[in-house]
Amino acid sequence: MFKRLFTLTLLLMSLAATSFAQSGSDPKALFNALGKADFKQTEELIGQLAATGDPRIVPALEAFAEGELYARKSDSAVFITKAAGTNVALIDPVTGAAAGEVPKAQLNKLKINNNLRRVIRSALGGLTLLSPDKAVRMAAADAVLKSPSAENLELVEAALAKETDAAVKVRMEEARAASVLISDRVIDQKKQAIDTIANLGGRDGISILMSVSSSIDPALKGDLDMAITKIENSLKLWEVAQNVWYGMSLGSVLLLAAIGLAITFGVMGIINMAHGEMVMLGAYSTFMVQELIRTHAPQLFDWSLAIALPVAFLVTAGVGLVIERGVIRFLYGRPLETLLATWGVSLILQQLVRSIFGPTNQEVGNPSWMSGAFALGGLQITWNRLWIVAFSLSIFIGLLIVMKRSAFGLQMRAVTQNRRMASSMGIRTPWVDAFTFALGSGIAGIAGVALSQIDNVSPNLGQSYIIDSFMVVVFGGVGNLWGTLVGALSLGILNKLLEPWTGAVLGKILVLVLIILFIQKRPRGLFALKGRAVEA
Amino acid sequence: MTLKAKLGGALIAAIMSTTAFHGAFAAEDTIKIGVLHSLSGTMAISETTLKDAMLMLVEEQNKKGGVLGKKLEAVVVDPASDWPLFAEKARQLISKDKVAAVFGCWTSSSRKSVLPVFEELNSILFYPVQYEGEESSRNIFYTGAAPNQQAIPAVDYLMKNEGVQRWVLEGTDYVYPQTTNKILKAYLMSKGVKAEDIMVNYTPFGFSDWQTEVSKIKAFGSAGKKTAVVSTINGDANVPFYKELANQGIKAEDIPVVAFSVGEEELAGIDTKPLVGHLAAWNYFQSVDAPINAEFIKTWHAFTKNDKRVTNDPMEAAYIGFNAWVKAVEAAGTTETDKVLDSIIGVSVPNLSGGTSTVMPNHHITKPVLIGEIQANGQFEIVQQTPSVVGDEWSDYLPDSKDLISDWRKPMSCGNFNVATGKCGGKGS
Repeated sequence: MFKRLFTLTLLLMSLAATSFAQSGSDPKALFNALGKADFKQTEELIGQLAATGDPRIVPALEAFAEGELYARKSDSAVFITKAAGTNVALIDPVTGAAAGEVPKAQLNKLKINNNLRRVIRSALGGLTLLSPDKAVRMAAADAVLKSPSAENLELVEAALAKETDAAVKVRMEEARAASVLISDRVIDQKKQAIDTIANLGGRDGISILMSVSSSIDPALKGDLDMAITKIENSLKLWEVAQNVWYGMSLGSVLLLAAIGLAITFGVMGIINMAHGEMVMLGAYSTFMVQELIRTHAPQLFDWSLAIALPVAFLVTAGVGLVIERGVIRFLYGRPLETLLATWGVSLILQQLVRSIFGPTNQEVGNPSWMSGAFALGGLQITWNRLWIVAFSLSIFIGLLIVMKRSAFGLQMRAVTQNRRMASSMGIRTPWVDAFTFALGSGIAGIAGVALSQIDNVSPNLGQSYIIDSFMVVVFGGVGNLWGTLVGALSLGILNKLLEPWTGAVLGKILVLVLIILFIQKRPRGLFALKGRAVEA
Repeated sequence: MTLKAKLGGALIAAIMSTTAFHGAFAAEDTIKIGVLHSLSGTMAISETTLKDAMLMLVEEQNKKGGVLGKKLEAVVVDPASDWPLFAEKARQLISKDKVAAVFGCWTSSSRKSVLPVFEELNSILFYPVQYEGEESSRNIFYTGAAPNQQAIPAVDYLMKNEGVQRWVLEGTDYVYPQTTNKILKAYLMSKGVKAEDIMVNYTPFGFSDWQTEVSKIKAFGSAGKKTAVVSTINGDANVPFYKELANQGIKAEDIPVVAFSVGEEELAGIDTKPLVGHLAAWNYFQSVDAPINAEFIKTWHAFTKNDKRVTNDPMEAAYIGFNAWVKAVEAAGTTETDKVLDSIIGVSVPNLSGGTSTVMPNHHITKPVLIGEIQANGQFEIVQQTPSVVGDEWSDYLPDSKDLISDWRKPMSCGNFNVATGKCGGKGS
């Protein structure tokens, strides 16, 4: 079976060779032939380029995968291009020598699609296995592991014999095993290969084993199935841990969105429908800061979020202060009117942002330290989520310290518990109200900085969080920060544990039903405040 | 204090009710057309662009001398992403403003809400967005893509060019994704895909925590067969979805995602570098290399005074619908609904991909299907373009609708003719 396939490929390759006979194996000529080739022919040409084994073609293939390879319209000669002002700088694909500058209109981009990118990746993997750079060799081994081929097997074995770095060696062993499985090697070698892949484990391991399960020698079928079950069992255990982590991450987002509301609604008792818009304003502040950094000081981009934090806090706290002084202070003790007025404020703010920035999403970039993921055992943890968990917990702790340890926190608690007593002790209660509301709004604003990293920055951003925020605060117990923390995390984890079983839509409904039942049983939430202040 | 509160309330009410504003001039010898797109609320993000596009088309037409020797006047109303309000505003446009035709709606819910109004008052609606099909009204022209003009060619492309054997149909939980996925599932099964190789999954509107879903896709994709995701995820939920894909390291080479609701406009809010190679299927991309498109983009940039504004597929559909209406009115010599309905069938107008689009008797149009891959600059590179396809209103892959056809020419004049029973009046409207 494999022999036949192999001869077929050989036959195809020789056919291809005849159709591009003029190209021969000269890399320069092969590259120039790309200028007129369609997707199919391009694939063959890349195969021939890889077969030359010439390390000089690596940069050109990389450029091709990035879409930076262009053909000159006049003679269809192919070059690597780099933008140079209004013109484009041409670079020879083989020698890497500069070949002048031309206007972009004189060039045609070489088209590329996913399939070609895969072919290039695999070709590059074969070509760079012997690179002196350790990271490049690792990437090459990864590429071979992802798209193993019987042809690359000998290259991998040659590289493996010379490899000195332990980590790269392990990866190359795995790449070799994946290639052995689809080659026509003897059963013993394949059996070893199955063991190697079983030790690799994870989704990648299953994927490699499953892909050969229909074509493997029947004698090995038992070993293969055993290896697959072994990986699946260990994955199942990790999956529970993974879901708990997802739940914590969702919980931390809920906590971020709700913690400002825990002050304005929880402590002050204001039904603040404009809370979501404070989050939105925080996100837009981040956008503005990033825009300024992009145009004036691009080297600071990785610091943009740190710079945006105080900006967002000041902006939203300022807006909060204006809202409290302008609207809410006239409406204390009248929840229905407060609800309507703050809802109106939220509509005004949304439309204001829409008029200034337009209704479309704004692009807020992720700094490099918030992109990507890392593996912790079988756990896949993305950096942005990890940072958000850490960030929301530190806000929580910070707020707790302000509330319990500072003079302002003391006054705030005094005013909310017994306004008249506090007033007669000389506390200026109206200003405490105003600053408490500003604090809650400011916290919502810095939550917006974090949420801009995972959600759309659009005028509607706030709306999607307002319901969840109220849910968390009510569930956790009004007026209690710890309740908000526990409420957010337990709702997040519950949601994420339900989601794999029920699907996202039903999961959300179930969580809502559970909350309703819970509130029936305990109307004051998880951590109810006790004492005379509550009854008033 | 109460006075101030009342003033505040009045202010809010005033702001909320200034939803209708009219064009600058309202002389006697103008022809009015209605523009019914949400300018506030959740759909404003997509629909505002179409309102701008319509105003541009009207301005351009007036530069050419208008229609029937009269200037056009656009009456813009804001239905505020509120489906019942769409019906109200449509009624206002037709009865009070006496518009000759209306261009508008985005979601299927809004279209379903205005459909009875247009049939009752006998006016014309041009609907410029891709939709799930299964409808054909005498008074509505569907210039966006039907499923066979978008979804099915996209799946074909993946099957042929990427060798995909396993499918995740991921959508937002409402009528368009559900119907499209039903059609796609039936289509895939008819192509020999096994049921266990198809995973259908829905998420709520505005879903933002994609961690579990993306890892589910990853797990489904590790069964040793080439896997692809067909995404009918709507609007706002896309950005977090693509961000999560990128963060979890799913590249287009491993598991490509083909989307039907993601265009240039949606990509404007994302850093597209990690998304290079993911696909979208439309009937138009801004990157189409045709002189007529270059001209259109130039006019658009001049009109919006912003050379960063992108163009997208629904804009092209609005462009085709508007020009077809103009041509039909000129052929009929009047804007009277019945005459225009007769004269518009068979009208051919240039589309922006360099060909022409024809209005068919089923009130859908012909246009090519383009498959594009996302590029680092937020544009699409076209990797395949089909010849013109006729929009198929009643899907051939659903048991309920495979016998139905629509033909609004006389003497048939029927939106749901059942070829099996030979009678007009199957299911649907």
